[in-house]
Amino acid sequence: MMKKLSNSSLKGWLYLLPAILFLGAFMVYPLIDVFIYSFEEGYNSASQTYFGVGTYNYSYVLHDPYFLQAVKNTFLLVIITVPLSTIIALLISVGLNSITALRNFLQTVYFLPYVTNTLAVGLVFMILFKKTAYSDGFINLIIMWFGGGAIDFIDGPYWAKMFVLCFYTIWVVMPFKILILTTALASVNQDYYNAAKVDGTSKFRIFRKITLPMISPMIFYLVITGFIGAFKAYSDVVAIFGTDLNAAEMNTIVGYVYDMLYGDSGGYPSYASAAAIILFAIILTITCINLLISKKNVHY
Amino acid sequence: MKVVLQNLTKKFPNRDKKIKGEVIAVNDFTFEIPDGKLIGLLGPSGCGKSTTLNLISGLQKPTSGQIFFGDDDVTNLPPENRGVGLVFQNYALYPHLTVRKNITFPLENLKGKDKLTKEEMNQKALEAAKLVQIDELMERKPSELSGGQQQRVAIARALVKMPRVLLLDEPLSNLDARLRLQTREEIRRIQKETQITTIFVTHDQEEAMSISDMIVVMKDGVMHQMGKPQEVYDNPINLFVATFLGTPPINVFDGYVKNSTLYIGEEAVLAVEGVKDQDVYVGVRPEGFILDENGPFSCDLSRVEIMGRDISVVSTHALSHNPTVRSIISAENHINVGSEKVRFALKPYKTLIFNKETEERIYFEAD
Amino acid sequence: MEKNVDYDKIERAAQIRNNTRKTITYVLLVLWAVIVLFPFYWMILTSVKSYSAYNSEYIPKFFTLSPTMQNYWDAFTAVPLMQYFINTLIFTVVTTAIMLVVITLAAFAFARLEFKGKNIAFVIFLSLMMIPNELVIITNFVTVTNFDLRNSFPGLILPSVMSVFYVYLLKENFEQIPDSLYYAAKVDGTSDLKYLFKVMIPISKPTLVTVTILKVIECWNSYVWPRLITDDKAYFLVSNGIQEIRENGFGRENIPAMMAAVVVISVPLIILFLIFRKQIMEGVSRGGTKG
Repeated sequence: MMKKLSNSSLKGWLYLLPAILFLGAFMVYPLIDVFIYSFEEGYNSASQTYFGVGTYNYSYVLHDPYFLQAVKNTFLLVIITVPLSTIIALLISVGLNSITALRNFLQTVYFLPYVTNTLAVGLVFMILFKKTAYSDGFINLIIMWFGGGAIDFIDGPYWAKMFVLCFYTIWVVMPFKILILTTALASVNQDYYNAAKVDGTSKFRIFRKITLPMISPMIFYLVITGFIGAFKAYSDVVAIFGTDLNAAEMNTIVGYVYDMLYGDSGGYPSYASAAAIILFAIILTITCINLLISKKNVHY
Repeated sequence: MKVVLQNLTKKFPNRDKKIKGEVIAVNDFTFEIPDGKLIGLLGPSGCGKSTTLNLISGLQKPTSGQIFFGDDDVTNLPPENRGVGLVFQNYALYPHLTVRKNITFPLENLKGKDKLTKEEMNQKALEAAKLVQIDELMERKPSELSGGQQQRVAIARALVKMPRVLLLDEPLSNLDARLRLQTREEIRRIQKETQITTIFVTHDQEEAMSISDMIVVMKDGVMHQMGKPQEVYDNPINLFVATFLGTPPINVFDGYVKNSTLYIGEEAVLAVEGVKDQDVYVGVRPEGFILDENGPFSCDLSRVEIMGRDISVVSTHALSHNPTVRSIISAENHINVGSEKVRFALKPYKTLIFNKETEERIYFEAD
Repeated sequence: MEKNVDYDKIERAAQIRNNTRKTITYVLLVLWAVIVLFPFYWMILTSVKSYSAYNSEYIPKFFTLSPTMQNYWDAFTAVPLMQYFINTLIFTVVTTAIMLVVITLAAFAFARLEFKGKNIAFVIFLSLMMIPNELVIITNFVTVTNFDLRNSFPGLILPSVMSVFYVYLLKENFEQIPDSLYYAAKVDGTSDLKYLFKVMIPISKPTLVTVTILKVIECWNSYVWPRLITDDKAYFLVSNGIQEIRENGFGRENIPAMMAAVVVISVPLIILFLIFRKQIMEGVSRGGTKG
């Protein structure tokens, strides 16, 4: 009996073995290791030696102006894009749900950015917004139609660069949010709407009192994943401003981590680890706060 | 409030886009529902009864025809201006609102001079809740209620604005058997107390027969018969109505009429005065059989089921449309279980004959 | 019939309200569609403008009367775009294939087999779902560098294989297959592995297709890891290739050629999307955490 049990146990673990190997080597081990790195002071990647153990890496990172700039950029990006994209997505989804003609077509169109290469389309955005010696670019053309002056959105003032970044980020995250919200809206039982209609409920009140509460779990889900995603912003930033983000004042926390790791300013895995852990702590905190708020407000 | 439907028709485009044409869900309906009555719309699923209800509530627009509430033509009126209360099959209670909030929800929509204060709303909600006996449960959420309680909340919500017409879509189908009996009595009581014209939809003939003042039998979008339950049961106008009403169902046989006598097979079972010679369907209600050793009609006995007050004799017959012939006789009768044949006489007024082509009823004079 | 007039008014007011609402809705929806589609239009448009025509347009034109394919020729000859393509293809196919094998075996173990420690193992798996890639990428970078796997396919592929979430998705799907099928197969003497291949995989095909497509999209668009681990152009993927083109270009700022490259690397996924539209959208709404 004992032998039989261990035999079947062995079989189970055998099936799991490949997954465990991959996860162990590229997830569990690195996860432990990153904490160790972050406390090893003066680590030298060539000789793989370090001076001592302590929190110096954290204090270095926290005092690094590049890091502070990255934190500021990231927070701005999060605070602007998460609420804005969620609200716009909600409006579009409600609109989409109320029509029949063109609905499938529009749904397909709205989803397109999801399957396109962030780097590639980012390049298109860069060109649309860029002002060069030969041309003011497409966006400036529109601004000038309305009587404004040309602005260089890519190499110009900080707010202009932030605007492009937020715009592109919203453009990129929209397909997912629209898809989730249209699915959620479509799954609300039609009878609720009929019941409200028989009672003479106005459209706005139906939306506020029935639709919103019914899809509130999905909205909170989007807000939480939106926060996490926006805090990890990186490739869309690179797509627009290139790899030298510190010079462009447009670096993000993740960008800072990679810069510390590799490239011209790289070779400091300890600093990178400390920064990554700080990022993780921020995300964890925000997510917990989100969950607490959602517990209070999501009806179910 | 009297409700009148006049030539009401509703067509839908075919769901399967490959097949062109339309589905006629409701076909040229005309009937009048008297004020203050409880009406059962009865028919097999897909017969258009729910569509009829939606047309009356205003959730769907008819293709043609008119609807009147009293003297008002409400055909093109949006639902909120009709003054209807609607109870959905799945109740459609808002899961995030308490019972009280659910009931006051319709009241909060009132505008202008009809607008109520909070106290008035709570007062009205409480009245409605008392009527359906759920005033103890006001602060609970729907998920904390049993199916029967949810049903009552839904009725209270539909009643709170004192609608001119109350509509119930399959009100009992989501309840278990015991609750169903109880709730249907409850619906009857509430309707009696409020005197609101009430129309409910069901596919369960027993349910419809037991509580309705009148029933309307439908099939494939066509109204077949309307009348008091007992009348419709006793005098169905065609084979469909006869087979749809009654449990156990009516026994149907192939038969023919010759010389004013009804034959099933070789056996002359009944005298039918004034009927021409022709092939017919013969319907015999289970209670239409009389156990009689010398009776004209013989079946092959399968078994006898004793149900206390009654005995159900289950037999077979070569010309029967049903796999078994079921007859219900009083328990006082004695039946020889060992024998292979069982002989019956038929009660004339429980025996119905129908034209073979049109399936219309053929009337004859019973002795 | 005074009342009828009243009703007519109500009816007409409702009609007008409805129409206005509909119009506004359509205008907004179409506006967003334009915002979504415009970059695609612009990249295609720019990619067929000739270099000289593009640079002479101080005010960009919204159309061109003399489209040229020269830029596409440049994109494939001036930079090793074909090489990037082949690399990405190899990377995508191999990574997805290995992942499918690994997650199918794991999901089968979790869904079907009974063994000691299964529950604990599953909880650990689930908790790993919450670990952000950014946290583990540092050590992986060091590991791969130490094993001398930089600028190699194993270095690119191995750390990209696992997706814990897909194990979870597949396991849920496997569990919906009734136990009776398994016992019926056991009675007939079918081995576990044969049961997996002959029964479970065919039944779960829709989910496997979804997972495959999502992984392909992920691989095709991956940028960060390839960037860290390759600096030899011979191993660049399309994302890195695009970034390289952007930074070092075609020797000069040749934006039409750049756009041609962008079109070329965008097209495969868009075609994939248009073919598998339903599966992709369903899969993303179900497996949405990857948003």
